[in-house]
Amino acid sequence: MLETAITLRNVEKYYSDFHVLKDINLTVRNGEKLVVCGPSGSGKSTMIRCINHLEEHQAGSIHVLGVELNDDVRNIARIRQSVGMVFQQFNLFPHLTVLENCTLAQTLVSRKPQDEAESVAMELLTRVRIADQARKYPGQLSGGQQQRVAIARSLSMRPKIMLFDEPTSALDPEMVKEVLEVMGELASDGMTMVCVTHEMAFARSVADRVIFMDHGRIVEENTPAEFFDHPSEPRLRDFLSQVLH
Amino acid sequence: MHNKTKVSVGNRLVTILVVGVVALALYPLFRWAVLDAVWGNPGPDACNNASGACWPVISEKGALIIFGRYPAAELWRPALASALLLGTAIATAMPRFWNKALLLTWIAAPLAFLTLMGGGVLGLPSVPSSQWGGLPITIMLSVFGIGCAFPLGILLACGRLSSKPVIRWVATSYIEAVRGVPLITVLFMATFILPLLLPSGWNISAMVRAQVAIILFTASYLAEIVRAGMQTVSKGQYEACEALGISRFETYVKVVLPQALSMVIAPTINTFVTVLKDTSLVAIVSISELLMTARQALADPVWRTHFIEVYVFIAVIYFVFCFAMGKWSKTLERAYIFSKGRE
Repeated sequence: MLETAITLRNVEKYYSDFHVLKDINLTVRNGEKLVVCGPSGSGKSTMIRCINHLEEHQAGSIHVLGVELNDDVRNIARIRQSVGMVFQQFNLFPHLTVLENCTLAQTLVSRKPQDEAESVAMELLTRVRIADQARKYPGQLSGGQQQRVAIARSLSMRPKIMLFDEPTSALDPEMVKEVLEVMGELASDGMTMVCVTHEMAFARSVADRVIFMDHGRIVEENTPAEFFDHPSEPRLRDFLSQVLH
Repeated sequence: MHNKTKVSVGNRLVTILVVGVVALALYPLFRWAVLDAVWGNPGPDACNNASGACWPVISEKGALIIFGRYPAAELWRPALASALLLGTAIATAMPRFWNKALLLTWIAAPLAFLTLMGGGVLGLPSVPSSQWGGLPITIMLSVFGIGCAFPLGILLACGRLSSKPVIRWVATSYIEAVRGVPLITVLFMATFILPLLLPSGWNISAMVRAQVAIILFTASYLAEIVRAGMQTVSKGQYEACEALGISRFETYVKVVLPQALSMVIAPTINTFVTVLKDTSLVAIVSISELLMTARQALADPVWRTHFIEVYVFIAVIYFVFCFAMGKWSKTLERAYIFSKGRE
């Protein structure tokens, strides 16, 4: 088994004239939990969206589980099969039930028979403690419940890596905990995780490593203890003083 | 919440006033159509002194209005053919029948319709399409028109939103060009100009040309409605599909279009209603649909003074179909929007 899950080398990304990512170098080991934080507009979401090619990088290289992300659509498909993603806005399919949300990709992409896909989906919905709502539609659930369904939906493709793009930012405060709990359990099961989040308590207890981005660069990279207790970078100290109250 | 105990006196007065005005306005119509009307089949003279409607004209001319000049001995054929087509349309309207068998029905029903109408096989005497007329033609033009224009409209909408410039350009030009001319012009062009453009020896019947014109015309309208629906689907839906590895085609079929179409149920069915009513325009290119056969029935000097009754009769037929479609629209909206907590 490969030691590294994700490697970004000298990655550059532009939105026309705007330089979003500047010389990003990052390695994520298998089973590692990496938390990415930084002020808005720092490029953190863009960076993790490059990892499953929702955004295209213009220079440098990205390898995921030994496969290079380039223009070859087969490589992109292979990588997406092994990388799950959870979005800030959940992006559940509103016209499908919770159960159908979790079986759609299994039947379309993995060509699994319906009953097999459903048993996988029910197992995952049980894991995120929402199996009792399987026949409901996303619009009938709370934000926290929807985000847990979205996690189950990503897990239905049996990914080896999970990307979280501010999974709790769109939630009411009282629902953040239930989502973070599910993510914490996923972490202790050994999933490789990259989370963009401002939940510093989560970062401290779950992450193996925390990186701080500002203006498209990674400016600090450390263990959670060092990161929070002895931040070396002044911009990080500013940022932490704002989010840690 | 509506509180019954607090309906004010003013509200009650308004209600009484409105009901009164409506009743007063409708009473003369009621007198004409029911109280003073002549019923049954007593012959044309019975109506001479009547101040109300003369309904015997309908029992006398009903077969001509509904079936046109189709041979009288064979009327069961257009009746059965229309029933088959309507049955298919009604089944298609109900989501519980949306399966592969329905697709096969959509191939079988038109074939059965044309076979029954045209004959010449299975021992059925041949009836040329110039003798077809009335309600079966209106149903045929509407059901084929809607049934073919809808998928074509979806393709055009997807084309207009395509990332490939050539496809986008072709779809956009088509939509803008066809939408920019009146249906009558399209019908005239299909009837008089198309034959000039086709190689000599090609002879497409007037009926087919009119049908094609209706399909092509309707598709451009539906394309814009479907496109509007597709633009309500957020970018996040596409991204979720991409992240799950779902192909572009399946993203459209399973995720984008179901949501897009459920957002535009009302305008889509509104267009269907328009198609049904616009089939009456083919009368100008000499096709005997319902309005035309009604006019033919009035050519009889004995009954020609009772044109109002005849027009009321076909208006009621149009109304029944259009009203049913309106109800259908409401049912679909309830099933696809409100029950899913998305209002």
